[in-house]
Amino acid sequence: MSMMNTVGRPTAPVAASDHIPATLTGGRGLLQDEALIFELGGWDKTGVDLPEATDADDCLSGLLRDSPIGLPGLSEPEAVRHYVRLSQKNHAIDLALYPLGSCTMKHNPRLNEKVARLAGFADLHPLQPVSTVQGALALIDRLAHWLKTLTGMPAVAMTPKAGAHGELCGLLTIKAAHEAAGQGHRKTVLVPTSAHGTNPATAAFVGYSVTEIAQTADGRVDLADLEARLGDHVAAIMVTNPNTCGLFERDIIDIARLTHAAGAYFYCDGANFNAIVGRVRPGDLGVDAMHINLHKTFSTPHGGGGPGAGPVVLSAALAPFAPAPWVVHGAEGLELLEEAVGEAGAAFGRMSAFHGQMGMFVRAYAYMRSHGADGLRQVAEDAVLNANYIKACLSDLMSPAFPDGPCMHEALFDDAWLEGTGITTLDFAKAMIDEGFHPMTMYFPLVVHGAMLIEPTETESRGELDRFIHALRVLARAAKAGEAERFKGAPFHAPLRRLDETLAARKPKLRWRPEAKAPRAGQ
Amino acid sequence: MRYLPLTPDDRAEMLGVIGAGSIDELFVDVPAAARRDGFVDLPMFAGEMEVERELAALAARNVSAGSAPFFCGAGAYRHHVPASVDHLIQRSEFLTSYTPYQPEIAQGTLQVLFEFQTQVAALTGMEVANASLYDGSTACAESVMMAQRVTRRERAVLSGGLHPHYVATTETLARAEGMDVVHLAAAIDGEDAVIAAIDAHTACVVVQTPNVFGTVTDVSRIAAAAQAAGALLIVVTTEAVSFGLLRSPGEMGADIVVAEGQSIGNALNFGGPYVGLFACREKFLRQAPGRLCGETVDAEGRRGFVLTLSTREQHIRRDKATSNICTNSGLCALAFSIHMSLLGEVGLRRLAALNHQRAREVKAALTGIKGVEILTPRFFNELTVRLAKPAAEVVEALARKGVLGGVPYSRLAPNAGLDDILLIAATETVTAEDIAALKTALTEVMA
Repeated sequence: MSMMNTVGRPTAPVAASDHIPATLTGGRGLLQDEALIFELGGWDKTGVDLPEATDADDCLSGLLRDSPIGLPGLSEPEAVRHYVRLSQKNHAIDLALYPLGSCTMKHNPRLNEKVARLAGFADLHPLQPVSTVQGALALIDRLAHWLKTLTGMPAVAMTPKAGAHGELCGLLTIKAAHEAAGQGHRKTVLVPTSAHGTNPATAAFVGYSVTEIAQTADGRVDLADLEARLGDHVAAIMVTNPNTCGLFERDIIDIARLTHAAGAYFYCDGANFNAIVGRVRPGDLGVDAMHINLHKTFSTPHGGGGPGAGPVVLSAALAPFAPAPWVVHGAEGLELLEEAVGEAGAAFGRMSAFHGQMGMFVRAYAYMRSHGADGLRQVAEDAVLNANYIKACLSDLMSPAFPDGPCMHEALFDDAWLEGTGITTLDFAKAMIDEGFHPMTMYFPLVVHGAMLIEPTETESRGELDRFIHALRVLARAAKAGEAERFKGAPFHAPLRRLDETLAARKPKLRWRPEAKAPRAGQ
Repeated sequence: MRYLPLTPDDRAEMLGVIGAGSIDELFVDVPAAARRDGFVDLPMFAGEMEVERELAALAARNVSAGSAPFFCGAGAYRHHVPASVDHLIQRSEFLTSYTPYQPEIAQGTLQVLFEFQTQVAALTGMEVANASLYDGSTACAESVMMAQRVTRRERAVLSGGLHPHYVATTETLARAEGMDVVHLAAAIDGEDAVIAAIDAHTACVVVQTPNVFGTVTDVSRIAAAAQAAGALLIVVTTEAVSFGLLRSPGEMGADIVVAEGQSIGNALNFGGPYVGLFACREKFLRQAPGRLCGETVDAEGRRGFVLTLSTREQHIRRDKATSNICTNSGLCALAFSIHMSLLGEVGLRRLAALNHQRAREVKAALTGIKGVEILTPRFFNELTVRLAKPAAEVVEALARKGVLGGVPYSRLAPNAGLDDILLIAATETVTAEDIAALKTALTEVMA
């Protein structure tokens, strides 16, 4: 082994030039173009060494595959390179601030990944004898205890697999409770105009009709409008708190009181629980059901779009109707009630096979346990502090949608400040990409024109916040100075330029097909 | 606190910039009655070593599948996952990215989804597939709701071989929507029975192959009968590895195929997270649930991928959406896709054949044990046996002998009156020694 001799051959910058020559092979430095596996792989190749099996049993005659499937194979080095190259085309919270409002992109602690992979959790079958999974049930039980304590609610349904699935679980619980009380005629759900799309979609999915509640000028539920719309036909209201404008619903206790007086239940969308965890208990606000996105508040990784987990905390009135399975304390340790029997006799049914997102439970519990009661309160405070800091530092250049008073964990701007520039919220967002940041949530909530919803989370340092604020200020000044071309064509420095979404929807091409390009012959 | 970067000085300075005297001023909108000054009644902050110790102690109280001869299936299967799969899904750019809302900086996730959709369509023999759903059971429920939208009919017929948890999940959702759900009596080899239950109001029939008892069925006749009556055939598979050996549901005439994808790339995880596979005929696409990734071009004409046809989805259509689904099972779909790319067609076929061989070896080993009767006529990697004793007790007795011997059907359906039925699965991870241990232990328990 000899060291490469670099002595006497130091690299040095050459004189700057405006002319950047095109590369000779179409390369783009270290950013590799990457073909599809169907163009790369061999039809006879595999990256997994397995012994040949004996021939299939006669019992399967006539049932065996007799035509090619159409799956290419890659050797391990090819597979690793393919996916590493693809990964480098993604933005990630590990790279930079990811200010998607309402999505809560915070740091994902690696301890949580490590413990979720312990064989005693990851290599457990959901239907093993209960005597062999007491530790797993204890973990679910402990996580449930933390969720109930943090929310001040007496019960929790653990199995929903995502936030929207939690909403479904909550509304089905409410429906079951109404039916049990002879109130099955209640078929309307009230939803504010600022709600996540999942709220009205979920209500409609379980057979409810949706009525919108008006919003006040300061971004909250209009109490008078709510009162006017409540009645004997209303099954529930669904209110997000803090709401999607990033504001705490000041009248929330009155909202709950009016709702209950009308015989309806209060479903709270808990997507923004991270803003108040450890400081406010939804149970003290009069909430009857609330899902908790473990992948938001308790930092299980978003993974490019799931898996999530959406346990639903429930009030005493709703608790008996929670879906199976239930983890309960029995004479010989923890037990699973997998049907509507015993204590779970009024369970409304089942949300999915097995017991919920165990892998997410382990991560969320490790996150909670690490932070503790004191750390979780600090999480909420720092999330709110960071959002208000961003709001304070940008309000002179951009237009906050609700300038008066503090925001909670996210700062909402509208596009009034872009008026006359010819630049849209979308253009501004795409230009942020060129400056090295993921855009904020755009055009949501719908109640604010050209909405820009910025959620920094508590895991950003002061330095990263200042770097982000600096980038937005420079961009905002450029927009106001009329540098429209910087925005209209952006991004210029991303792996791809702006993509044609209209074409994708007009002529859907949802899979690779052999005729598109002949695969290389078997390698 | 190791995850919180702000220092006390940062906080004080930032409050100054904001113009707030204290953090409490930022929470001024919280009603006084709901403000809490102290900490909630839970333990305080803990270091990494302490947390790891507690979780390791909990994990140690479980008997992991790999630590014993292991034969549990019934919708979740223990397969070997190549080391590179778990390494690659932990790449920061995959693990810590969000839904690809900004496609220019999410091409990694999007290209994977496009490849995943193509793999799923190929495996199931269908024209199109989506970017995944939560799991097989919720995918089953979603497919029934979709059949209602496509046919505008209100009745669903579920076979007696459909996994009982899938039945319960589907019934829960379909009944909330006002559908009429008919679930036929449990039958080891009775998928064809759905044919007699089809009428003019039937939106769909749902059958499973291999079914919960392990029985493999040619569903061509069912497809013909359903389609002749204007109903859709939904085929469910809970063991995706079986696609490597058996004729695909698409080839047999399915309209919608849903499957649990856990078997490929994903650990058992005590039941989740898993990944729901969903594929259908192209003509039904606009009624499909969940995310779809499509190919397009960028401003310079280069190939790229975006989420598409989102006018079906909740964030656009709100209460008119095809489903309330927001997230998919992205990281599990990535694991599935990587493992499938490593296997390729050759590897998948070999893996599937090996699974079938192990199940045949189990069948041979169990044949002749007193009090054990093998019932499944045509199987892939799972067998049903009737025992002369209650299956739940037998499984507990086997566990005490260090063998995780299968899943009693009563665990899935306590009131079905099938307490003597045991489901036994064998994947490539099962060794000859494991099978011998099962034979010995079961012989002793049944004696």
